[in-house]
Amino acid sequence: MLTKRIIPCLDIKEGRTVKGVNFVELKDAGDPVELAKIYSEEGADELVFLDITATVDKRKTLVELVEKVAKAINIPFTVGGGVSTVEDVKVLLGAGADKISINSAAVKNPGIIDEMAAEFGSQCIIVAIDTKNMDGIDFVHTHGGRKPTILKTQSWAQEVSDRGAGEILLTSMDHDGTKNGFANEITSELSSMLPIPIIASGGAGKMIHFWDTFTAGKADAALAASIFHFKEIGIPELKEYLDGRGVSVRRTL
Amino acid sequence: MKVAIIKYNAGNVRSVLYALERLGVEAVLTDDFETIQKADKVIFPGQGEASSAMKYLKQRNLDQLIKDLKQPFFGVCLGQQLLCEHTEENDTECLGIFPIKVKKFPAFEKVPHVGWNSLENMDSPLFKGLDEEPYTYYVHSYYAELSPYTIATTHYMHDFTALIHKENFYAIQAHPEKSGKVGETILKNFLAL
Repeated sequence: MLTKRIIPCLDIKEGRTVKGVNFVELKDAGDPVELAKIYSEEGADELVFLDITATVDKRKTLVELVEKVAKAINIPFTVGGGVSTVEDVKVLLGAGADKISINSAAVKNPGIIDEMAAEFGSQCIIVAIDTKNMDGIDFVHTHGGRKPTILKTQSWAQEVSDRGAGEILLTSMDHDGTKNGFANEITSELSSMLPIPIIASGGAGKMIHFWDTFTAGKADAALAASIFHFKEIGIPELKEYLDGRGVSVRRTL
Repeated sequence: MKVAIIKYNAGNVRSVLYALERLGVEAVLTDDFETIQKADKVIFPGQGEASSAMKYLKQRNLDQLIKDLKQPFFGVCLGQQLLCEHTEENDTECLGIFPIKVKKFPAFEKVPHVGWNSLENMDSPLFKGLDEEPYTYYVHSYYAELSPYTIATTHYMHDFTALIHKENFYAIQAHPEKSGKVGETILKNFLAL
């Protein structure tokens, strides 16, 4: 039976993890490779590395990191942040990433999704959508959720799916950081409407939030960062919890 | 032990190389006939589109080379589909080592089939040391039909062929190089054949 996926997300700046990471096992708390290894051993189903490095020359550091991660871990991983051209994708996949995610670049130039899907296959192209509800309507935001666009989330999601995105990473800016649960309404709406998997992101605080997003939210996967980094929730206990409540997950421990 | 990974125009071949490195096995990524023929084990990975992969193999006579190999051979993902007779993906004639048809998943549920799914009806030395119904990682839109050569099945909408075996040829639809410890065990068992 196909299982629901749990995906920790690591923010990367100049090849190092940012945001506080609270892992006593880590010799070097800023080393993404070490953290990635721990997550994969604990039963994470995939990992996402989000690069927040601004400058172009620092991107080389990211490519080197991707290669190190690919050598070290035995589960799939996605790399996102600043990906905008076919060449960017080629370099990251060539270094060993399994999938890439694009966000602002796709909003600016939607045709890039078609180009990337044609060149590398839909299976490795994730489109990240940052959404925010304004007066009852869901609008796409870019630049880390700071910049509103005139695109409605539902129609943009349909468009990226039609253009060949393999999955959608949906982050609710209204829920991100609140720890009050995922945006299940819009997640469920997109999941029912589209033929591709939806990864829910933003708002995880308790184990029940994952259960909610997999049931009411119809999410195919759920992504979270700080609750895993600060060990508020361990992946093995989360999976045991979900398994005990009828959500099919991959148990490894 | 010499392990050759067949190099061709299919993505993600380096992941297999890295997975073998983690097992302490040095492999070569090559399209050199002699190196492939003399290898103790041959791995045929791949992710991508079937017709362009077949065209590439034929242009370089790699198709005939593969058919003539006698050592243990392991097709992975697209590598499994190409060992079959025909795939619906752009109506492509494949290598025909297995008399099996490869079909597209119907659109009843989400396609591609992405994520971790369990192996069932396992019957092969490749599964030595694994628990019942272990999970492997899948990303695919096409699947091999059930056949007498099927040595494990997976269920997505319906049962399909997860792994096949005939003489020296083995193949898997999932990605063992990305399937955690389960994938490592399957790779190790293949290398021990």
